[in-house]
Amino acid sequence: MIWFVAKRLLAAVPTLLAVLTVVFIIVRIVPGDPALVILGDQATAEAAAALRTRLGLDQPMWVQYWTFVSNALTGNFGASLVTGRPILEEVGAVLPHTIDLTLASMVLGVVVGVPVGIWAALHRNGAIDVAARLLSLLGLSFPVFVSGIYLLLLFGLYWRLFPVIGNADLSDFGDRLHKVVLPAVALGLTMAAYITRVTRSAMLHSLGEDYIRTARAKGVPWRRVVWVHGLRNASLPVVTVVGLYVGILIGNSVLTEIVFNRPGLGKIIVGALNQRDYAMLQGLMVIYCFLIVVVNLVTDLLYGVMDPRVKQA
Amino acid sequence: MMTAPAALAVEDLRTEFRIAGTWRSAVRGVSFGLARNETLALVGESGCGKSVTALSIMGLVQPPLGRVAGGRILLEGQEVAGLPEKQWEKLRGDRIGMIFQEPMTSLNPVMTVGDQVAEALVIHKGLSRAAALEKARALFEEVKIPSAATRLREYPHQFSGGMRQRVMIAMALACEPAVLLADEPTTALDVTIQAQVLGLLADLRERHGMAVLFITHNLGVVAQIADRVAVMYAGQIVEEGPVANIFAAPAHPYTRALFAAIPRLDQPHQALSAIPGRVPPLDAMPVGCAFASRCPEKRAGCEAPQVLAHVGAAHRARCHVATGATAFEAAGAAVQDTR
Repeated sequence: MIWFVAKRLLAAVPTLLAVLTVVFIIVRIVPGDPALVILGDQATAEAAAALRTRLGLDQPMWVQYWTFVSNALTGNFGASLVTGRPILEEVGAVLPHTIDLTLASMVLGVVVGVPVGIWAALHRNGAIDVAARLLSLLGLSFPVFVSGIYLLLLFGLYWRLFPVIGNADLSDFGDRLHKVVLPAVALGLTMAAYITRVTRSAMLHSLGEDYIRTARAKGVPWRRVVWVHGLRNASLPVVTVVGLYVGILIGNSVLTEIVFNRPGLGKIIVGALNQRDYAMLQGLMVIYCFLIVVVNLVTDLLYGVMDPRVKQA
Repeated sequence: MMTAPAALAVEDLRTEFRIAGTWRSAVRGVSFGLARNETLALVGESGCGKSVTALSIMGLVQPPLGRVAGGRILLEGQEVAGLPEKQWEKLRGDRIGMIFQEPMTSLNPVMTVGDQVAEALVIHKGLSRAAALEKARALFEEVKIPSAATRLREYPHQFSGGMRQRVMIAMALACEPAVLLADEPTTALDVTIQAQVLGLLADLRERHGMAVLFITHNLGVVAQIADRVAVMYAGQIVEEGPVANIFAAPAHPYTRALFAAIPRLDQPHQALSAIPGRVPPLDAMPVGCAFASRCPEKRAGCEAPQVLAHVGAAHRARCHVATGATAFEAAGAAVQDTR
């Protein structure tokens, strides 16, 4: 097991390096001189040159690359060009909000999606199955900015159950929970819809397998056949999809944070775009990718725990 | 003939499947008895209803896909056809076990083989997991899985096909069932492993005194393992009798065609002999002999329903051409058929 974990960790290293390289190249091939972009068209040549020296842009490419990668690996992404504060500090201040939102949406997606999917599979083509399929189609068809606005109108303005502005006090767990509900519902329902479909088909597939017939021939009660033999096998594809979807959640949190006016990574990334804070953007891209690599790593490890066939491979 | 009830008696079993909204019979009035320590081979080509017969006996043909529409299934004298699922669960794996054809897919890939064998013992015998695993280890030794204690903790993908089938056998035998249904247990194995598994099954039958229903399409396997043979065609038993009689003098034209289809080693240069035509589909089953359309001896009378009638002491066939010769049985045939 330790060896398996070590191997997966090692495999994540080249991915991270590739991410750093791609980000480095993207930022370099974007047209326009960053110094002029930052200082504006009116800047003097001297000021621009001074800024280039400060940013290290006058160094040879490989030196720039080396500095960028080694800084990034030690967690130093430089400072925001707008506020002057270290990027990691800016991100660290809002990251808990984004993590709250992502985790809450994921929990909602799994807690709703998995049981409904199983239920639908067990009543294949029955009323429950048809209803679940229709609802999941509906859930998949609603983008966050539409469902979010409806949720805000109904629960924020009409019934006034939840706040419209989501800037939670991080030291107050109750407040964080209260303010994450609406955005998590908006973001999590799409995931729930998706997980419902995946669980349903994984469950149907697994219940049609020969080992299910074997379990029944052993006299295993149906309930146990479903929950032990069926679900344990069906959970493998579900875990994979949940892992992939958490990556999507992190990305979709940008929209959600704007609709619900929540602080978070999404909010800063839009801010950095508007203010052409390219140092910030570069850092955020790496941090986003890093989060997704971590999620994939966790998924892989989980998969190794759940599927004995993976460890050998 | 029988004082104690047979381990298994099937009477006029009729199993149907729903095809395009209509129930069609896949098994059409199959009857046979099976005593303890006896092996009956159920032979026939794919789709003739062998496996469906076995699944019906296990209570595993269930709506909405299929149903046992008629007949009786007596397990050690107890009527089990139509039992509620809860009671079936108590019988399956305990009084009646089953081994399947595909050892590669019949084991749960995410459970250790030890737990899969122990599961039946925990459910039926109320053993603790530790005690069940200890029994599973003994079973592994009985089915000759080397280093049983360590292999218990392994997963199916770490086993070869032959070893997986041994695990399946251990699983089916765990609770010492009275009846073992073996649905083509050696078909997926290569020939040397096949011989080992057949030997093991014969050995285990002897030791536990089980009744074995052995389903196969391989007549060579039948000769090796069975006491009696029942040949199935299109959902009916068309010939039945002791292995020696059927191999010496097959009476039904279908059985004869099956034997003719086996290439012989002692004759050079023969074309492979296939049976022309195909089995009638379930929705176009003729009233009379189902084999008539492919039969080289077809004649008047074949279009009428056929009955199983004696051609020898314990040897019966469902063909008026074959049984017409034994005129003394003709009158009793109808009575015999409802056994």
